[in-house]
Amino acid sequence: MSDLHNSKAWTRRQFLHTGLMMTSATMTIPLFLQRSASAMSLQAAGRRSVPGVPDENVLVVIQLAGGNDGLNTVVPFGDANYYRARPGIAIPEQQVLRLGSDHEVGLHPAMTGLNELYDAGLLSVVQGVGYPNPNRSHFASMDIWQTANTGGVGDGWLGRFFDNQCAGSPEADARMQSGQCGEIGIALGREAPLAMQGRQIKPIAFESPDLFRWVGADLHESLEDGYHDLTGMRAHKEGKPPATNHHAGSNAEFLTRTALDAQVASEKIRSAVARGTGANYPNTGLGRQLAMISAMIHAGLETRVYYATMGGFDTHAGQGGPQGQHANLIRQFSDAVKAFYDDLGATGHDQRVLTMSFSEFGRRVSQNGSNGTDHGTAAPMFLAGPMVRPGLLGNHPSLTDLDNGDLKFNLDFRSVYAGLLQDWLKADDREILKGSFRPARVVSSR
Amino acid sequence: MQSTTQRRTEPDTPPLPPRPSASLRRIPDSDFGYDQARHLLWRAGFGGNSSQIRALSTMGVENAVALLVDPSRSAAPSPVASDRFDANIMQPPTAEEVRRYREAQRTQNEDLIAQFRLRRQQQQRSDRRQVADLQRWWLERMIETPRPLEEKMTLFWHGHFASGYRKVENSYHLFQQNQLFRANATGNFGNLLAGIIRDPAMLGYLDNQLNRRAAPNENLAREIMELFALGEGNYSESDIKEGARALTGYAFQGNDFVFRQNLHDTGSKRLFGRSGNFDGEDFVKIILSQRACSEFIAKKLYEFFVSFVPSDRRDPAYDPIVSVIRQLARTLVQNEYDLAPVLTQLFQSEHFYEQRFIADQIKSPVQLVVGAVRSLNTPVRDLGILNDALTLMGQQLFEPPSVAGWSGGRSWINTSTLFVRQNIMTFLLTGRTPSGYDPLADVERHNASQLLDDLAQVQPGADRDAKQVASYLARFTLGPNPNPDRLRVLHEFVESTGSRVTPDTVTGMLALITAMPEYQLC
Repeated sequence: MSDLHNSKAWTRRQFLHTGLMMTSATMTIPLFLQRSASAMSLQAAGRRSVPGVPDENVLVVIQLAGGNDGLNTVVPFGDANYYRARPGIAIPEQQVLRLGSDHEVGLHPAMTGLNELYDAGLLSVVQGVGYPNPNRSHFASMDIWQTANTGGVGDGWLGRFFDNQCAGSPEADARMQSGQCGEIGIALGREAPLAMQGRQIKPIAFESPDLFRWVGADLHESLEDGYHDLTGMRAHKEGKPPATNHHAGSNAEFLTRTALDAQVASEKIRSAVARGTGANYPNTGLGRQLAMISAMIHAGLETRVYYATMGGFDTHAGQGGPQGQHANLIRQFSDAVKAFYDDLGATGHDQRVLTMSFSEFGRRVSQNGSNGTDHGTAAPMFLAGPMVRPGLLGNHPSLTDLDNGDLKFNLDFRSVYAGLLQDWLKADDREILKGSFRPARVVSSR
Repeated sequence: MQSTTQRRTEPDTPPLPPRPSASLRRIPDSDFGYDQARHLLWRAGFGGNSSQIRALSTMGVENAVALLVDPSRSAAPSPVASDRFDANIMQPPTAEEVRRYREAQRTQNEDLIAQFRLRRQQQQRSDRRQVADLQRWWLERMIETPRPLEEKMTLFWHGHFASGYRKVENSYHLFQQNQLFRANATGNFGNLLAGIIRDPAMLGYLDNQLNRRAAPNENLAREIMELFALGEGNYSESDIKEGARALTGYAFQGNDFVFRQNLHDTGSKRLFGRSGNFDGEDFVKIILSQRACSEFIAKKLYEFFVSFVPSDRRDPAYDPIVSVIRQLARTLVQNEYDLAPVLTQLFQSEHFYEQRFIADQIKSPVQLVVGAVRSLNTPVRDLGILNDALTLMGQQLFEPPSVAGWSGGRSWINTSTLFVRQNIMTFLLTGRTPSGYDPLADVERHNASQLLDDLAQVQPGADRDAKQVASYLARFTLGPNPNPDRLRVLHEFVESTGSRVTPDTVTGMLALITAMPEYQLC
């Protein structure tokens, strides 16, 4: 590419060159039928059915949509500039939840949940995360975080992880054969985020398990039976080959195969969520999502990445300080993650689940004329789990050396991604991120 | 030459894909019947109801195709009121407003800055509402149009000359672009290409506002060559640079094209071996004169209406398909890029009706939804819900994923979209959503009487026999050779409900059929 002009349409060229016209041979995803029920329970017992496949660590991504105000989340109470810039909404020093005695930052008072995790050594607060030439548009910046590309173009970074895991190596082929790739990524929400969209592998996405099934089955029992039959589930459960005889490689055969995969995934997910784990979760959007994720992990789904979303963070007006709009949001986030790790601890899965949160940008240092804040730049990320390097990582961005009123970032978010890919998901970060970013050591080596 | 009514002789073994004929000769009327009319209506439109299929099946292929291709043969669609959409929705600030804003910035007048910001946000919010309105408007138009090919070609051009709202950020510009596509739907490709370089939505989408003599921007020139007219490998980087120079100054002001003479590079350019002080119009003419252009457009049309070119050259269909595309390209050139003759040739041809292509194309989300309403005469119920479903299925109108449009084919299908596709069908047939009955959605019952009447006409009494109704519905929805196993499941359902033909059992049959994997094909 000779011209690096930063235009969405322009820089999508790279995306285009890899051949978008999906013809029959290239697009065939041989998502094989799931293994039998007995093999699935082996999985739940933690034993690998495919020898040599690396550890099945799980990553849970929580997207805080709208631009979470980092400065009122991880509060620099030791810096007078903070109070000068935010007379109406700053968190008073005495209300900040301290993060250890020698730090001059602390958590928003509503984050009692995450504070407990911090004290238990289960939380990593990574400060000053951003990227060069920050974009303050919701869509553009979110695309940047999701594609790990400053042009915001291409497939999702997690989608590329899925593609990497499911094709191009003997391990990948084994994974594909065993059926793991059919549910390798699950996104909760109506639409799967770009981050999870690979070139070949697409995530499962649903808002609630009820929506991840055919609703016509509710109309009449005979319809349910008929549907069971025509998706191939009846034959599959009886151990018989599919009854239709479409010729190999045809669109009809592809559709038939996908229909069966969908039905298998649907039944698995719905029964997992229905069983649950018995734990209590806050009755909030994020709480419900994490409860479902925990249930799916507990039921032994082979999903490697789960994606949850929480919106509302675009606090341009009346943001509030220790109480109010932002406080409520951050409380929901904190309480849900605490409940999640309590649950994972009780069910014994905490060692293999790492949770990461991010937002598309932070907010400006000074409050605006409406007791709110406008789109900003660098902000903290949270990482939770027994495997994370606990404590406060990185440096807080300077409140005086600003970029036109915005914080300058200290750590490129792709370094965090690289660290997670390399040390947690055990995957080739350079290939997946299409570039070399020094991996942030966020996963503990203990 | 393979007869289109040939049956498979060995129903138990998977049949080999037949090698299609490469003949663009007109199919004899004796070979153009129900199944062919059905296929034509699905491909050259969004499917036909039983009356339409019946009518076309008896009028001969020439008349049937002409009915679809020639707009004068069908009623005019209702005109769009001039104030249907707000043309001023993204009015750029006046010079005075700009001056006041700069003043506010300089004096750090926070209140005034906040006011401007608020106004801009409100403007953007209104614009987003209007683009959603635009989406619903177009969806309704596709559902109701008496000229389905015109709307289908409009959709084709939208995917071909792709522009997306996220970048354009002006719903009225996108409306204008949509009207440009509609006006030239089955018209002349040359006119369309000449029109697109003056289209504000496209000029904004591909940054041609920034393309000026002192600092050329190659985006538009490149995408015209790579994606809109010639295809990769059929131009050089130098052609792109020179093409960009020819397009300098092609800009817009408000909703209108404006040629900025002072920004235009009037120097001599060298394009594809020719030299001259080319401007944008010259650029278009030179592109059209390239052989690669007719072949590129012919291929795109072919892949949209018939099938993708197989990636495996050993596929028996590869050679015939490549040959057909070449013939279509010649027709395009012979007719100076008039589209009607090449579409007519294709839709009348023996190749088009080859068994291989019948019920073999994965429906786009629009095709699925619009096709269901038009062919099954379901109530529309709720345009908002239907429009929403299109997004979930991966085809948001006015928001193609990139300048390359939608990939189509198998990329439409994954485990999540498959459920959305099945469920939107159930919604159309019964009004039922996954969360129950939407109280605001129209709970009108679907009336299948037109289908039953059609059956009664060709086979008196069959409309009262549940099994025959089931078989008829399967052929109507799935095509001439529904898979025997699917028929078995359908017949078992019929038996389980007492083998009666009632509105409920017919709805049930259709619910089951539309949940079949093969229903995703047309």
